[in-house]
Amino acid sequence: MTPPEARRIGLRFDNIDKRYGGLYALRRVSLEIAPGECVALAGRNGSGKTTLLRIAAQLVRPSAGKLTFSPAQMQGPSAAKNTGFVAHATMVYDELTAEENLLLFARLLEIPEPAKRVELLLHDVGLFERRDSLVRTFSRGMRQRVGIARALLHEPSVLLLDEPGTGLDPQGVGWLAETLRRLRDAGSTILMSLHGESEISALATRAIRLDAGAVVADTRTGASLRSILTFANA
Amino acid sequence: MSLFSNTTVLLGKELRTEFRSRELLTTTVVFILMVVVLFSFTFDPTREESRRFGPGLLWLAFLFAASLMLQPGFLREQTNDTLSALRLSVSDPFAIFLSKLCANTLFLLITELLMLPIFSVLYNVPLLGVVPQLALVLFLGSLGLSVTGTTLSAISAQARMRELLLPLLLLPLLTPLLIASTEATSALFAEEPVLRWDWLAFLIAFDIIFLTAVWLFGEYLLEE
Repeated sequence: MTPPEARRIGLRFDNIDKRYGGLYALRRVSLEIAPGECVALAGRNGSGKTTLLRIAAQLVRPSAGKLTFSPAQMQGPSAAKNTGFVAHATMVYDELTAEENLLLFARLLEIPEPAKRVELLLHDVGLFERRDSLVRTFSRGMRQRVGIARALLHEPSVLLLDEPGTGLDPQGVGWLAETLRRLRDAGSTILMSLHGESEISALATRAIRLDAGAVVADTRTGASLRSILTFANA
Repeated sequence: MSLFSNTTVLLGKELRTEFRSRELLTTTVVFILMVVVLFSFTFDPTREESRRFGPGLLWLAFLFAASLMLQPGFLREQTNDTLSALRLSVSDPFAIFLSKLCANTLFLLITELLMLPIFSVLYNVPLLGVVPQLALVLFLGSLGLSVTGTTLSAISAQARMRELLLPLLLLPLLTPLLIASTEATSALFAEEPVLRWDWLAFLIAFDIIFLTAVWLFGEYLLEE
């Protein structure tokens, strides 16, 4: 597997609109996210954070505008295969065990020695002892851990996280923050939606606030960055 | 190569989840058995009547079974948004569709295999002499049912009133396939059974056309 630093990917949103019927989920969003940046998205419920993340993951097609990746050869499916996505839903199968779920996605991603990688991740997320249990028997936090492990299987160059702390206990949040720090330091580009300040938001090197589908604030400086994240809770 | 390996991995997942829960197979086998048994007791057909009406009844039962079986295919993927995870993981999105198609065809064939001996006994239609020919007709017909049904299940899974939408779309689209399958089966149920190549050619053409269309446009079906 190529290490993230060797395949750093940036994203560029050009005048992105997303309409659902007559309703605008995103309105003329233009952003450039440099390779290796760790960006926190803040905003009230319905401000367009999830839609922006799903467009970045190429799961949703914008109604207008264009999403491009850098470098130029990393477009479409190549970028998608280098993307890890943690959504509101766990994105794992309830009828499979934790190990079966991770092995399934590891094989689809054509990870060399999938069993080894899965074993390592199961240890990382603290679920190795429960690897043979069906995911439907897990608590919300444990399912979230499996979902995060799935997103990290291929050490993605772009990591998109939609409120990744959902359901995690403080220990889990600490583990996630540490993992994200390692990925950020290794050169992964991270775009995550968050509510309020936490160990995870402290990793952000840039904060963007959305309101009614439009970017209303975008900063890289410490004090403003924190104010954007805390304002999201207001 | 990626398409083949992705499809194999996903087919393994489909089989594992189904054989673990047995939701689809149990429901469909019980349903189809009830249809065949009820018809048998209601009409009490003679051998001659069975030869005339049996093929139509069989294929109607298979159609009902398919519409029950195909509905959950993509709905299951929406429960935890696993379809998005698959789309981000596979090299070719057609693998997602192809694995579901293979699984649905296999489940449908298993149901038919369980059904045929019971049909043969209840309707007094000897089938032993035409097993290979019948297997071919059943395979081509079931493949057509699965290709169309799996495609429409992908479309209807994202719609409101999805439970109603699948049969509404499926029935008119499958009319030509049902006619061809019934005619081919009828010729095999006759006193002197023959394999009607004209109807078989029609079934092959139907399967190829729909499979090609899905291969070309399937990616759009999986989009939100």
